[in-house]
Amino acid sequence: MAAKQGIVPVWFFVGVILFIYGILILITGIAEFHHPPETVQLSQYHAPLWWGMVLTVFGGLYVFLFRPKKPKDVQA
Amino acid sequence: MSGINMYAMAIVMKVVLGWDINFSIWVAAITVAVYVSLGGLYSAVFNEVMQFFLIWFGALIIPVFGLMETGGWKGMVARIDQNVPQIFPPDAFPHVHGSFTHLWSGIGSFSANPMGIHWTGIVLGLGFVISFGYWTTDFLVVQRVLTAKDLRSAKLAPVIGAFFKMAVPFIVILPGLLGLALLNSGAHPVILHPENALQPGDHSFNEVLPIMLARYCGPGLLGLGITALLAGFMSGMAGEISAFTTVWTYDIYRSYIKKGAPDNHYVMMGRISTILGVLISIGTAYMVMHFKSIMDYVQALFSFFVAPLFGTVLIGMLWKRASPAGGFWGLLAGTLSSIGMWVFVKVNPANGAIIALSPNASDMAQNMYRALWSWIVCVSVTMLVSLVTRPKPVEELTGLVYGCTVLPSEGDLPIWKRPIFFAGIAIVVFLILQIIFW
Repeated sequence: MAAKQGIVPVWFFVGVILFIYGILILITGIAEFHHPPETVQLSQYHAPLWWGMVLTVFGGLYVFLFRPKKPKDVQA
Repeated sequence: MSGINMYAMAIVMKVVLGWDINFSIWVAAITVAVYVSLGGLYSAVFNEVMQFFLIWFGALIIPVFGLMETGGWKGMVARIDQNVPQIFPPDAFPHVHGSFTHLWSGIGSFSANPMGIHWTGIVLGLGFVISFGYWTTDFLVVQRVLTAKDLRSAKLAPVIGAFFKMAVPFIVILPGLLGLALLNSGAHPVILHPENALQPGDHSFNEVLPIMLARYCGPGLLGLGITALLAGFMSGMAGEISAFTTVWTYDIYRSYIKKGAPDNHYVMMGRISTILGVLISIGTAYMVMHFKSIMDYVQALFSFFVAPLFGTVLIGMLWKRASPAGGFWGLLAGTLSSIGMWVFVKVNPANGAIIALSPNASDMAQNMYRALWSWIVCVSVTMLVSLVTRPKPVEELTGLVYGCTVLPSEGDLPIWKRPIFFAGIAIVVFLILQIIFW
């Protein structure tokens, strides 16, 4: 799982998937802000908005920290 | 275990997507079969890492929102106390007594807690035999430790796992408690039933997590929640099947049936055994339906296989006098005695009082005591047979038996970098949790 020469670390993929999910959930949260689904309990707290933000920030951080580096940047 | 994960995954599809349970089981099976047979152990472990994050981010929604709806822990407890007599009427659930929100205060007697168990069953059957057995003999767990880069990492893996394991009740047990507190009220009340007593249109105890998820999540978040649940079950299923494949291909087929074949041959055999493992899992997934809940089935399986195996591993690891014949006959006797005790109770449910030491013991309590007895049978037979058969020479036991192996020193590692330090913290956290939820 470690970042060896030529291997993209798994943490990068973790970041990518969380970032994509975060953006999608955030967009859903914005879209339903004024008209939340009636069947959902506690919809007044706008969970998709907050949870989407958390996922986007966390995923984005992982993408940045574990992005694949060029060969010259990787320590031998 | 793989079949259990497959069944749980199918339940999520059934509850949230409205799919037929049979169709859902096959969809779950084919998905995992494809990625494990193509990617092998590496793909299973790689996916496990990604799925770990999805599980936590997806499942945390339920306890957070559930506690907000009940008005915190005290509000939840008050609602549970109010709801329990309606959800578990005494005539249908004679074993359900006591508090659902305490760990130890009601287990001095079989009839003072909803699990219908005594503390000896929890401490010796579940805590000592089943739990220790799971952490040391379940190949899914052992295989992950074997892939560690060095001894320190291997030691640290279960210690780090212990921290997350202690947090798992917050995303598994707490949603169940919140279901008890909330599901039978509101605009669309849901009454839950045991899995083996379902009528068309009923919901079972096994469905609490997806039902709670649908309660708080609209389209976007629901997708994440479903992904989290599916990820968790798929991860478990893939891990078990890749473990099965490894044991069959490397430890049995290559070692005893066909030695010295080219690598391609073993890769093909691995893929065939993956498909075979999936088919066996499908069969076991259908067996879950005959038990009250998934947990009843899990603990019954653990008492059959994990408990005696833990006895064999423990004696083999710590006693150099243990012989191969002792291990074989001990394991066989332990497993058969456990299955025999289960049949004994199935034939006449009143016999459960003999196995679990009380007429008030629940099925779950019987699982715990059956595990304990089968472990004792295994250990006794292993020791007796070992004493009258020839042990292996000491030089062959190096690296396998505790007294015959020189453990590498951890050198001059500072104390706070040693596994024992983190294990100590885990024990302290564990004790604090016991006191908080006493």
